[in-house]
Amino acid sequence: MTTDTTIISNPKQNTDISELKPELSDIGLVRPDHSKNVFIDWLTTVDHKKIGLMYGTLALFFLLVGGLEALVIRTQLAVPENDLISAQRYNQLFTMHGTTMIFLAIMPLNAAFFNFLVPLQIGARDVAFPRINAFSLWAFVAGALVVNFGWILQALEAFGLFSASGPTAGMNDFVPAMGWFGYAPITGKEFTGAGTDFWIMGLQILGVASISASFNFIVTIINMRAPGVKMMRLPVFTWMTLIVSLLIIFAFPAITIALAQLMFDRVFGTNFFSVAGGGQPILWQHLFWIFGHPEVYILVLPAMGIVSEVLPTFARKPLFGYAIVVFSGAVIGFLGFAVWSHHMFTTGLGKIATAAFSLLTMAIAVPTGVKIFNWVGTLWGGKIRFHAPMIFALGFVWMFMMGGFSGIMHSSAPADAQQQDSYFVIAHFHYVAIGGILLAIVSGIYYWLPKMIGRMWQGKLNIWVGILTVVGLNITFFPMHFLGLLGMPRRTHTYLSGFGWETYNLVCTIGSYILAFGVLLLLVDIIRCFRSKIPAGNDPWDARTLEWATSSPPKVYNFAQTPIVNARDAFWADKYGPLDRKMGMVDESHGIHMPSQSWMPLIASFGFIPLGLGMSLMQAGVPYAGYTAILGLVILVLGIALWAIEGPGGYHLHPNKQSH
Amino acid sequence: MSQEVAHDDSHHNLMVKNKKLLMWLFLGSDCMFFGTLISTHLIYRKLYPEEFDPTLLFSLELTSFSTFILLMSSFLMALSVSAMHKGEIKSFRRNVIGVIFFGLIFLGCQVYEFAHFVHEGLTLSTGTFGSTFYLMTGTHGVHVAIGVFWLISMLFYSKGGNMEAHKNAVDVETAGLYWHFVDIVWIVIFTVVYLIEFIA
Repeated sequence: MTTDTTIISNPKQNTDISELKPELSDIGLVRPDHSKNVFIDWLTTVDHKKIGLMYGTLALFFLLVGGLEALVIRTQLAVPENDLISAQRYNQLFTMHGTTMIFLAIMPLNAAFFNFLVPLQIGARDVAFPRINAFSLWAFVAGALVVNFGWILQALEAFGLFSASGPTAGMNDFVPAMGWFGYAPITGKEFTGAGTDFWIMGLQILGVASISASFNFIVTIINMRAPGVKMMRLPVFTWMTLIVSLLIIFAFPAITIALAQLMFDRVFGTNFFSVAGGGQPILWQHLFWIFGHPEVYILVLPAMGIVSEVLPTFARKPLFGYAIVVFSGAVIGFLGFAVWSHHMFTTGLGKIATAAFSLLTMAIAVPTGVKIFNWVGTLWGGKIRFHAPMIFALGFVWMFMMGGFSGIMHSSAPADAQQQDSYFVIAHFHYVAIGGILLAIVSGIYYWLPKMIGRMWQGKLNIWVGILTVVGLNITFFPMHFLGLLGMPRRTHTYLSGFGWETYNLVCTIGSYILAFGVLLLLVDIIRCFRSKIPAGNDPWDARTLEWATSSPPKVYNFAQTPIVNARDAFWADKYGPLDRKMGMVDESHGIHMPSQSWMPLIASFGFIPLGLGMSLMQAGVPYAGYTAILGLVILVLGIALWAIEGPGGYHLHPNKQSH
Repeated sequence: MSQEVAHDDSHHNLMVKNKKLLMWLFLGSDCMFFGTLISTHLIYRKLYPEEFDPTLLFSLELTSFSTFILLMSSFLMALSVSAMHKGEIKSFRRNVIGVIFFGLIFLGCQVYEFAHFVHEGLTLSTGTFGSTFYLMTGTHGVHVAIGVFWLISMLFYSKGGNMEAHKNAVDVETAGLYWHFVDIVWIVIFTVVYLIEFIA
């Protein structure tokens, strides 16, 4: 791939070739295309690859924040009757640990892969709506800021720069402290303060970001595949993106409405969840888990997609049972909507409901098991190469299965009644979340980072990352099974000695530091990869799917010429397949159309910051909070209006014809 | 919008324009929004049948009128989509003005209804009925208002001959999908929230 590129500006000024003259948008502002300023270039970018990298960087940052919160929790629990932190601080930490890890670390890490890979895997130039994609990213940033705003206030207070007095006297405990699922009635304004409001508005904004991103991916995958990329030729990762995006657009509305109802309860005095006015707190649990259970699959299906890409590449065999793996993913997603009440077995649903939800939950084990057998089938008889991505993918299969086993135990309602709210549950979902999702994401990072930045990993640090994370996670979470069965409840700030919990807790804490050290080494390894001098080349792993056919890092236009695909593992077939399976090229002599960059997604989504903060502070009676919210709304609407009027713009690129 | 032409060189596997597909997905998602709101209302109605008797408050005549108006606005919306497909900008603009006008009448009825109900003592804090009723119908009202805002901006945009059938028909059709959906949701709300109270 050469860089020999001529750029023709907008077709309406066809006379003016080669000059990179900034073009005026329909509202008369200069479009920020071809900016020499790095900041302007990244802030206004609509390139799915840059957006993906920004998602990934921010998500890794929040992974560290969430991990730090977990470490403080574990340190507090290391010995009985510890008083390292107060009970209130402990509540804040476990609330923000859960919220951060789910909404600000894993979901955006998945989004980073969606963004970077999906257009490449289907042979598209970009996502269907590049500006909406940028909007999703910046709305995520705004939501993350609002959720974490309490920590900022707390820090300001610690330095004596802010105090809850005078006009802000109504603001007490500004860090959310009611658990990541915010059960009613503790979220009522009688019990919790401004932290809950930040949490409500922050999650609401993050929801907008996720839903708008999902619309984009669904349209992209359904409508923008290169010629020959039939649905049953899509890489499994793209399939899982499609399923997850569908889950997001159908599951998030439930939490959006539940949060809106909660916000109305707190700010405008409605009675959705307030017992005094006739509200039923159990309604929150139902609405929350109607979202919350599909959310579990929103987190884990992309991980399964990553593993389904990595295993065939390093076993040098096609994925065993492609169709059934895809179908199982769809079944898991579909059943995910029908099992929410298994989070509520102890609330007294009645025998019929409990039995039905119990059965459906057990049924989910079937498609999940099918996937595991297919991954094992992929390995069977393969020429396995133990590179870093493969090590983590194998770790995923093993560790995820452990989490799955304790999950099946929960599906039995009588057993679940014993395990509910104990450390057994913590052990279960951390095996799934770290042993499953995080290991798969690390595998994905090791697999695709050379493609993303064009540099190859160096050294053997990855082996240490693998050993430390897998060993660390097992030392941390395996004893929690015993702790749970010994009756240690979740969300306890401290505990007395004499229950037989001391040793297990100390071991868990030691394990958590080992795990944390492993994650730290991963970051060191990533930084080393960025500084590496070894070029990755187009295809460092001898891989199978379309993204490896283009240069590393891919050019802004992804493919110089749109490929015509004739096989499932398109690039593998192109390298080793028979002649009729090789790729073709679409003749694009008229050049490649690129969308223009724009400030509007950034401006519109940053309107969410005053909107969210203003709405949150209204409940505390902070003066001008309402006006701040209105200001935010005006910025949002104005941003969207200007976005519509400025038009998509665009320019044409003419990459060198000979290149691949 | 002359750059729109340049955008068309992307092909579509489904033969449906991206914008239209996006709107369909949004409507699917929106079904879940309204589904949550309406089911919250119905659950609380079932739990507390005696809490509040809306038949004393609801004016079926007024709401039937506003429902009819909204239905007719959908008819005009269909006419404007058809006009845009044929490139008859004048007819398109006439019909869109009609849609906006009818939408505003509907919103006016809702504002009057809300004011009247509050005056009669049904507020947001009146038990669960007030909470669910206002949040649900209010969310629908916001949808109508966004639709009106959208169509007004389209009306202004189409003034200087900016809109042409071959490139903007899909925009009008997308707005039309949204408008029809908001209309259908209202028919559901009118039935299960208003009419059903008068059956027993």
